[in-house]
Amino acid sequence: MIDKKTLLASLLGASVVLPLPALAQDSSSDSDPVTLRMAYDADPVSLDIHEQLSGGILQLSHLTHDPLVRWTKDVKFEPRLAADWERIDDKTMRFTLRDGVKFHTGNDFTAEDVVWTINRLKRSADFKAIFDPIASATAIDEHTVEIKTHKPYPLVLNLATYIFPMDSEYYSGETEDGDPKDEIVKNGDSFASRHSSGTGPYEVVDRQQGVKVEFERFDDYWDKDSPGNVDRLVLTPIGENATRVSALLSGDVDFIAPVPPNDLDRVRADKNVELTTMSGTRIILMQLNQKRVEAFEDPRVRKAFNYAVNQQAIADRLMKGFATPAAQLSPKGYDGYNDSLEPRYDVEKAKELMKEAGYEDGFSVTMMAPNNRYVNDAKIAQAVATMLSRINIDVDLKTLPKAQYWGEFDDRAADIMMIGWHADTEDSANLFQYLTECPDPETGAGQYNAANYCNPELDEKVAQANVETDRAKRAEMLQAVEKALYDDAAFMPLHWQDLAWAAKKNVKLEPVVNVMNFPYLGDLVVEQ
Amino acid sequence: MIAFLIKRLMHAFVVMFVISVISFAIQSNLGDPIQQMVGQSVPESQRAELREELGLNDSFLVQYGRFAVNALQGDFGYSYFFNEPTTEVIQRHLPATLELVIAATLIIVVFSVPIGVYCAIRPRSALSRFFMSVSIIGISIPVFLTAIMLIQLFAIGVDFSPFPSGTGWGQWLNGLLSTEGGMPSYGRGNDLTHLFGTWDSNFFSLDGLTYLVLPAVSLASIMLPLFIRLIRAEMLEVLQSEYVKFATAKGISLKRIYFVHALKNTMLPVITVGGVQLGTMVAYTILTETVFQWPGMGLMFLEAIQRSDIPLIVTYLMIVGLIFVVTNTLVDLIYGLVNPTVKLTGKPA
Repeated sequence: MIDKKTLLASLLGASVVLPLPALAQDSSSDSDPVTLRMAYDADPVSLDIHEQLSGGILQLSHLTHDPLVRWTKDVKFEPRLAADWERIDDKTMRFTLRDGVKFHTGNDFTAEDVVWTINRLKRSADFKAIFDPIASATAIDEHTVEIKTHKPYPLVLNLATYIFPMDSEYYSGETEDGDPKDEIVKNGDSFASRHSSGTGPYEVVDRQQGVKVEFERFDDYWDKDSPGNVDRLVLTPIGENATRVSALLSGDVDFIAPVPPNDLDRVRADKNVELTTMSGTRIILMQLNQKRVEAFEDPRVRKAFNYAVNQQAIADRLMKGFATPAAQLSPKGYDGYNDSLEPRYDVEKAKELMKEAGYEDGFSVTMMAPNNRYVNDAKIAQAVATMLSRINIDVDLKTLPKAQYWGEFDDRAADIMMIGWHADTEDSANLFQYLTECPDPETGAGQYNAANYCNPELDEKVAQANVETDRAKRAEMLQAVEKALYDDAAFMPLHWQDLAWAAKKNVKLEPVVNVMNFPYLGDLVVEQ
Repeated sequence: MIAFLIKRLMHAFVVMFVISVISFAIQSNLGDPIQQMVGQSVPESQRAELREELGLNDSFLVQYGRFAVNALQGDFGYSYFFNEPTTEVIQRHLPATLELVIAATLIIVVFSVPIGVYCAIRPRSALSRFFMSVSIIGISIPVFLTAIMLIQLFAIGVDFSPFPSGTGWGQWLNGLLSTEGGMPSYGRGNDLTHLFGTWDSNFFSLDGLTYLVLPAVSLASIMLPLFIRLIRAEMLEVLQSEYVKFATAKGISLKRIYFVHALKNTMLPVITVGGVQLGTMVAYTILTETVFQWPGMGLMFLEAIQRSDIPLIVTYLMIVGLIFVVTNTLVDLIYGLVNPTVKLTGKPA
């Protein structure tokens, strides 16, 4: 797995690093440095982890930084920079921070850094919305932080997975041009978008946007128990699916993600490569616009549409088993996941319902879907359109590239629109807030509710759940909401998109991947 | 001569002006750049703010006017994605593309001339027929497919065994049909030689060259057959002409007739087509670079479209337009050198 030139390069790299202390007793120093060459479909847009809330940036955050707590494989919390936490009262949570943690610059990590980071998150356009419930963060002493919320808020720990403390000392002051070093700039150059100092397992040593990013293991990384043995990471963005797979099969890279569903068999068949898949948390659904089509106001028609679509067939045949059929928004593991809900498919029942509603002869609708946003998105839309024809629905389908699609989506330009959603907070309430609540431009509720479905009673229930700090009670409330949405057929759920990674046999991916799709590469073991 | 160059300069301006107007006019169809910049949960009010900040709400004329005034001063705007001036982004990506085009051109020149000439001299030989049928296939296969096949054959390798592998002859035949793989499948590699500015070259090390081979071959694959056929056809025609017959009658050696007298006249139309095709080849790099993840302008352009990075798209289109005008001008100049009867200024001779 190590070829000559990378070995030479990493030896050179190591000789530069060696004069620094603390590597001498490390056991990995007597074996060869391990390089992992990986290819993702895109590279992070910036080194500033607060510039964009996206999968790519979060994957980067887990390399260069560490969160206060992080998700485990079964969607539980695991302490990272926060060693411990306790709820003081309904509105206050106290975190005890780990001792002896250092930033890449050598600065010590303290409670002040956490406070500084939270304040910066509250200024970030992308993170502002999810950090809105937090009223303040205070450093009690050097290793204790108290986070206060405006109202009782059950999801403080979920938010803590987004708090990747940044080196406040490093980002303080001004650059030579007189710009503050901590400014967050979406379009333009900023100090933080090109410089990075966190507590994470890797430091960025070289970055050429769109070409590659190189990381090296941080010598003073606090987590000495981490089994991770990769000394150097080279991330290359390969947008073209076929090329990414070829790069792995030809041995040019050691690890790729995502693996396109059409190539799953090819990857599985290769004896040097191992495929790792997992059911994901991104729900793909279709929204039936009640404002545009009168018939969709009738729950019987919406139900008939649900009965007409065979989710299992889409998941099995079209997605080649690379999806989990869904009957609700919340994936398994979320508090709102209601295991009594099953996908319904029964064409006869669908026809009956249409007859009852007085639409036996069907009607025509328009449908829009992206063609390069989700896995097989355009094909799924075609399949759904064909299935709907069995209840005499004539679908006029238009598929567009994602760059054009979202404009049309914002205009609610078709009667049926496809959307995929992953809850940033890994929590069911987020799904309801964006996808099913009554649209209200003032509060931003229902921002992606292209169905225009509105049920104030349910919205009220979600609001109550959001101030309920008893987790079990809250889960019950959220599951009730899922049930109500199901009974009302508020939308057409299709499936949760699966996740897939592939790597050479000696790269032990399985223990470090998770449903959030942030592989914890700091803990990755590559066998020699 | 000077008048001709000035005229061409004016052409270049007109071409770039037209391109910029067109690309500006279609930008509303290229999608919403804001959508690409922000996360899914950013509220509409924030988006509107950003849109206002970038001046995307202004009318077409205002936006174009602002762009044109800046462009005349050499400022083509900032790329939304790279957060850098677009000209710098393109400068960084240009060398990779040029190297690819140069390598492909070399392949085309080195192979098309001898093969084309041979096919003209011996039109009925089996080898000529073979070249002709292969070139038909070459023209008809899209670059994209050629590239993927090359990767499968030479980077990943194929294990193909229709013959019994137990026997000696079977193993030998299987070995002939299977390939080892091992060629690099993407990117430019690490072993680049720095020339100047943003130019790092693949040409000066063996490792660098191995990265160049597959992309260059697939880029050449579409043009090579075209040139073989073009040279063959022209050569056949020239060989029928009076002066060749006269030269043969005079007893000049065949080698001299073929490679000095006939070839020179064959090359005239080839140069014209070549000039136009060179520009086309820059356009074809979009496909080749995408498949091979070659970090050049073509890949950059495709990604810019996906990200609705309008300033970068506009600048790229204008620069490609400029390349077209420049190569055509050069072709016309060379044409004058090869055939002195051609007058560039268009005045009566």
